[in-house]
Amino acid sequence: MNPADSPDRSTPVPTTSRTVLTGSDIERVLTRIAHEIIEANKGTEDLVLLGIPTRGYPLAQRLGQRIAAADPDVKVDELVGQLDVTMYRDDLRHGTSRTPAPTRIPGGGLDDKVVVLVDDVLYSGRTIRAALDALADIGRPKTVRLAVLVDRGHRELPIRADHVGKNLPTATSEKVKVRLAELDALDGEPVNEVVIEDHA
Amino acid sequence: MKHLLSTYDLGREDAVRILDVAEEMATVGTREIKKLPALRGRTVATLFFEDSTRTRISFEAAAKRLSADVINFAAKGSSVSKGESLKDTAQTLEAIGAEAVVIRHGASGAAARLAETDWISSAVVNAGDGTHEHPTQALLDAFTLRQHWARVKGVDPLGTGLDGMSVVIVGDVLHSRVARSNLWLLKTLGADVTFVAPPTLLPIGADAWPCTINYDLDDALAAGPDAVMMLRVQAERMNAAYFPSTAEYSRRWGFDDARLAMLDARGLDDTIILHPGPMNRGLEISAGAADSPRAVVLQQVSNGVAVRMAVLYLLLSGDH
Repeated sequence: MNPADSPDRSTPVPTTSRTVLTGSDIERVLTRIAHEIIEANKGTEDLVLLGIPTRGYPLAQRLGQRIAAADPDVKVDELVGQLDVTMYRDDLRHGTSRTPAPTRIPGGGLDDKVVVLVDDVLYSGRTIRAALDALADIGRPKTVRLAVLVDRGHRELPIRADHVGKNLPTATSEKVKVRLAELDALDGEPVNEVVIEDHA
Repeated sequence: MKHLLSTYDLGREDAVRILDVAEEMATVGTREIKKLPALRGRTVATLFFEDSTRTRISFEAAAKRLSADVINFAAKGSSVSKGESLKDTAQTLEAIGAEAVVIRHGASGAAARLAETDWISSAVVNAGDGTHEHPTQALLDAFTLRQHWARVKGVDPLGTGLDGMSVVIVGDVLHSRVARSNLWLLKTLGADVTFVAPPTLLPIGADAWPCTINYDLDDALAAGPDAVMMLRVQAERMNAAYFPSTAEYSRRWGFDDARLAMLDARGLDDTIILHPGPMNRGLEISAGAADSPRAVVLQQVSNGVAVRMAVLYLLLSGDH
C-alpha cells in the first residue's frame, strides 16, 4: 500500500524495518569522523561544530566530546553550537508551520572560522542549502564543511558531504530513522540506532 | 491558526507556541543581519482606521524583518473619508496582493467581521478593535512577563507559562481592550490577575470575570504582586465624567513616586512595571516610575516586534 493512500498518514506502519547501524556502530563512526575533522583541519584551531536541529545537535555534541578528548586545549561548549535553519527553508508554505529551534553560536562568532555543519541524514540537500543561507546571515566563515551520519543519496541540489558515517543506498519509498539516546527512547529505554523502514 | 482575532479563544498550547517562536525571533534583533527570509515575496497590509504609532510601526518592522512587503493604509487622507466601506477597502488591498491584513478599527468586532465574511481570504490580525481586544499587545505583555518570571525562577522560558505569577492591572479597564486581552491570555497562561480601578471605570459584568477586583491600589500593591501594569487613561474615549479630577485620579490610582518608594521599602525588588503606551506621565504613571529600573516599557516595545514576527510567521507559513 502506498503511504499516501493509508488511512492514517501521520503514523504509517512500516512493512519492513532493518537496522543498518547499531549503537556501537554509531560510536565507532563518530570517533572516525572526529579524527577526520581534526585531520582535515590540521588540528583544532578555529574549529566550530554546528549541529542542525533536531538530531544534528547531539551528534555535534558527541563529535565535540571526542575532539576535546583528543585535544585537551579544546572545551566542548566553546566548540559546539546549534544552527536552526527553519526560517531559511524553501518549503515554508507547505505542510504545518514549523516552530524554530534556538540558534546558539559559540562565543567567538563565525568570522574566519572553520565551520563543520553536522546533521544526521543527508538526503535532498535542501536542509544544507538552508543552513548555508542561515550561516551567511550570522557571519563569514573561512571554510564550511559538512559531516553527516548517513548519506542516503537522492540529492536534488549540488551539495556533498565532506565526512560521511555511512553511505546507504536507499529507495525513495524507504525512510531512514536515526534514533539517539539524547532524544529517543523505545519502550522507555534510550536507544541509539539507524534503521531503514520500508512503506512500499 | 488562520487568523488572530482575540486571546479569549486562544488555547494555552497555541499561546505558548507563539511566545516560543517569538523567543527565537527576538534573537534576530541582536544579530548583525536583522532579517530572516521566511516571508520573502509575501505581502502584509496594515489597515489602520484609528491613530497608532507603536503598533503600526511594530507590525511594519516585524513584517520587514521577515522579508515581507508592507502596504501601509491609514484611514486619514484615504478614500475612507470619501465614504468607502471597510469591505471595499479590504478587497482593494487584497486585489493589490495582500496576504495578511493587520487591522485596527474603532468598532469592536471589525477584525472578526473581516475574518468571518467571504469579503477577503487573507489572514486577519486584530491590532485593536474598539474596546474589545488587542491580542498582540497581550502577547507581548505575556512575553515580557514570561521573560521576567523565568529569570526570577532561574529557568529557561521556552515552553513555560506564567503559572503562579500575580499581575495587577490598574486603570481604565472600561475602555481598555488591552486589559481584556491581557485578562484572558494571562489566565490561560496560569497567572492571577487583579484589576484595580475606580468603580466608574470598570464595565458592568466585570465581577463575573476570572479576576480579583480591588478599588484600592495601595492595598493591591501591599499584597506584593510580581508585576503591575498601568493602563492609559483614554481621554479620547471618555465622553463623561468618570473621575472628579486628574489630580485625584493620579493620587488614588496613579503609580506615583510614593508608591515606587513603597515597593522599595517593602523589599519587592522583583516587581516590574508595565505600560502599553503611550504614557500620560504625571497622570497614571509618574516620570520617576516610568524611568525607574522596574519599568520595562521599552522592553515591551522591542518584544512587540518579536511577538508580531511570530504571529505573522505562524499565520503565513504552512498550508491553509
